[in-house]
Amino acid sequence: MEFFNPNSRFDFLGIRKITVGLSIVLMLASVVLLGVRGLNYALDFTGGVLVEAKYEEPVAIDQVRAALEAGGFHNAQVQSLGGTRDVSIRLQPQAVEGGAGEGDAEKGNADQVAGNVLKALQAARPDASLSRHDFVGPQVGEDLKNDGIVAAVFVVLGIMIYIAIRFEKRFAYAAILSEVHDVLLTVGFISLIGIEFDLTVLAAVLAIIGYSINDKVVVFDRARELFRLARKSEPYEILNRSINQTLSRTIMTSVTTAISMLALFIGGGPAVHNFAMTMLFGIVVGTLSSIFFANPILYWLGVSKTDLMPVTRDDPELARRP
Amino acid sequence: MNEFPRWKYALVVVVLLLGVLYGVPNLFVQQPAVQVSANRGAPVDEALKEKVQGVLEQGKVPFETIDLNASQLLVRLPIGASEEQARAQELLKADLGDQYIVALNLASTVPGWMHAIGAREMPKGLDLQGGVHFLMQVDDKDVMDRQLQRYADDIRAALRDKQIRYQSVGRGPGGVVVELRSAEDRTAAQRIIEMEVPDVTVAVGGQVGDAYTLNATVKPEKITEISQNTIRQNVATLGNRINALGVAEPLIQQQGDTRIAVELPGVQDTAEAKKILGATATLEYHAVDENANAIEAARSGHVPPDDKLYYRRETGPDGQPIPILLKKKVIVSGDEMVDASSAPDPQSGTPAVSVTLNATGGRKMLEFTSQSVGKPMAVVYVERTPEVKIVNGEEVRSAKITEEVISVATIRGVFSNKFQTTGLGSAKEASDLALMLRSGALAAPVDIVEERVIGPSLGKDNIEKGIKAVLIGFVSVLLFMIVYYRLFGIVADIALFFNLVLLLSIMSAIGVTLTMPGIAGIVLTLGMAVDANVLICERIREELRNGSTPLASIRAGYEKAWATILDSNVTTLFAGVALLTMGSGAIRGFGIVLSIGILTSMFTSVTVTHAITHLIHSGKRRPKSLSIGIKVPHASAS
Repeated sequence: MEFFNPNSRFDFLGIRKITVGLSIVLMLASVVLLGVRGLNYALDFTGGVLVEAKYEEPVAIDQVRAALEAGGFHNAQVQSLGGTRDVSIRLQPQAVEGGAGEGDAEKGNADQVAGNVLKALQAARPDASLSRHDFVGPQVGEDLKNDGIVAAVFVVLGIMIYIAIRFEKRFAYAAILSEVHDVLLTVGFISLIGIEFDLTVLAAVLAIIGYSINDKVVVFDRARELFRLARKSEPYEILNRSINQTLSRTIMTSVTTAISMLALFIGGGPAVHNFAMTMLFGIVVGTLSSIFFANPILYWLGVSKTDLMPVTRDDPELARRP
Repeated sequence: MNEFPRWKYALVVVVLLLGVLYGVPNLFVQQPAVQVSANRGAPVDEALKEKVQGVLEQGKVPFETIDLNASQLLVRLPIGASEEQARAQELLKADLGDQYIVALNLASTVPGWMHAIGAREMPKGLDLQGGVHFLMQVDDKDVMDRQLQRYADDIRAALRDKQIRYQSVGRGPGGVVVELRSAEDRTAAQRIIEMEVPDVTVAVGGQVGDAYTLNATVKPEKITEISQNTIRQNVATLGNRINALGVAEPLIQQQGDTRIAVELPGVQDTAEAKKILGATATLEYHAVDENANAIEAARSGHVPPDDKLYYRRETGPDGQPIPILLKKKVIVSGDEMVDASSAPDPQSGTPAVSVTLNATGGRKMLEFTSQSVGKPMAVVYVERTPEVKIVNGEEVRSAKITEEVISVATIRGVFSNKFQTTGLGSAKEASDLALMLRSGALAAPVDIVEERVIGPSLGKDNIEKGIKAVLIGFVSVLLFMIVYYRLFGIVADIALFFNLVLLLSIMSAIGVTLTMPGIAGIVLTLGMAVDANVLICERIREELRNGSTPLASIRAGYEKAWATILDSNVTTLFAGVALLTMGSGAIRGFGIVLSIGILTSMFTSVTVTHAITHLIHSGKRRPKSLSIGIKVPHASAS
């Protein structure tokens, strides 16, 4: 079976002004979104108390909210956990104003808070029970944010150095720009649809960096190969051909990865829901940027055959391996 | 055909067999068990085994076997007997009393020989089995404070010793400030402090009025050492206390520089756990009353008025803690201790613990020892566990106090703030004692900064959903590969299966805890692992289209794809490793799986598929075409 014309010669670079322009617009939109809407940071980052409750019979979110209101929890955020029986209730640490034990959310008397929440829920519906509760201190979340930024910078730098050594510095710049593009769009998407940015989403964003760079490297690798083989090197032609020749692989791998993430999305339950959703979006963005974004940038940076020649020395050795 | 050497076939076969061997333990269902271990040195032996057996038979609890090993008894119950398990625990607890810890556990049913070669099942994270997770922040400010005080004492003593007159020695910001009367004194003092107190760096400060100042700051490596010690001893203390909780497999580990993560599988009641974790410890030095008979006092309850009856940590020949009578008066308390460390005695080379007190403590000790040479002195470890009880609707706060004598030694000579305890049995005993002394005297306050409680049913739910997601993902990718790449798809699928097996077996062998993010990592790995096969298949297709023969296409496909596979996987590995560096356990678990998955997939997708492909196509007849999902119009032999 084949989905793609093996001899396709689509002029991807010809539409570079449109595609890169669109990418820049989307990146700006993401920045604006992040500035205006921000991220819906989960408990992992904000600190506070989270209670997950289970009902024997289906329950409406409003009903849960009303029950909490009656119990004195005025600032509780109630969400459904994919079904009609499981809800998560989040109490911010700064939600101190009165209320039955709401102030305790700050002091870490998490079990007391959880107990009070359960009491409030059971007052309205006796079939409620607790399935978990979490308490996170504000400092932990702060550290996690820092760790996440450090990790992202570490990945980006590591990848940049590796590509600069194995390819050439212009490839490294193009890769990093594409990474920034993919991460910005993914985070912008998270902000847009308002899913909670929790630990697993952070892990997904970092995994997206890894996934997307994998995609770029395959296209770059083909460009490098074509540059070295070509008698007369016309970067425009070569970069276009490298996209076309790897197109089928780029999309096939996205499809298999997307299939697995779809399986996780469908079967994995609420614990990995946000993770799978972020991954799915990131895969789409990463694939599109491999095709429409990375090579135009490479072209503009002015990559040419001569840039790739000095490193040929160590290449045959590697290429000979199975 | 020598392009695929024999040793590579052998390698593939050996690795796959090992993968299966180390992956298989995960298929064994764990059985409910009750674990009985000793609290404070009570004997665990055949007699105990018989006793336990008797209790269970009398209570009509069905059990399979009772295993006795070095430190514990493990009663195995039939699979699915969770109610009986709870009843067995109740019965045993009631019968064995305080001296033994009876904990619920899940026992592995993996055969012994597998355990012997390190093949075992993956431990499950709290999100898959339910339990309590705490993250505790250690505050080492007090400890640091006390260390500075100690350096101030040391500097004072050194200057006094060398007869340098100083105006004052006091605490300054981040160190000790010494004020002297003249520039000459200052130069001399700097030299002396640098020599006598090697842990500080001395810098010349300004001149305030007629005072010439020196600023002594603690060296950064010493500060790191102090905070490292603080956290290590907190980990040890928490470990001891949690053992008393009776949790089968608790996990206590340092996380970052100042935090300790505690995981208690199966526990749901955080209040009880917190109470025990929140206990505070201190030390007291007491004189031993040699004129009274402690055993007699313990039996009759008649204790001399100036004395108090204590028990030693060690047990006597009868298995009971040894009683001892100590004078009520406290010589020196834990607040006055600044350090305790184990090091061999410089004179005899035998294990010893050296203790340093502060100036006040030293003075009291000097006063006491000058009258008591040749007499024994004891160290009591006191632990206060806060308790809150509701009496008549009001909260009553009280504390449960446990006291234990951890060391008794004879005073050999007069000493003040520095002394040694010698005559200890082994280096281990010495370091244990030093650790106990430090945890009593230098305990840093611990705050709970994160708490997660996961109900057991949620854990079960997660595991079911996780397995379901892995299966759906796996099967969909398998089908997709077969439809698109035909025979080569099947080969890739075989490799993908072995990738899953290898991934699980490596995770099991190195003891990675399986968590929900870890399962997400497994599913992601399944999707990404076929990337190498896609690269290879696409390359082979290209070669076929260019008119190469099937065998040449295979060879060229594998050769040309390799550089790409290497580059793309190494860059992805950067992301995996970065995830590993994150402090949070959830993200780390995901990163570990992703990183291992990248490595195993490089092996299975390239080497394993190459071996299989080669095996299929290396028959006597040269294949005319390849089943790779495309039709090549003129596949001619060249």
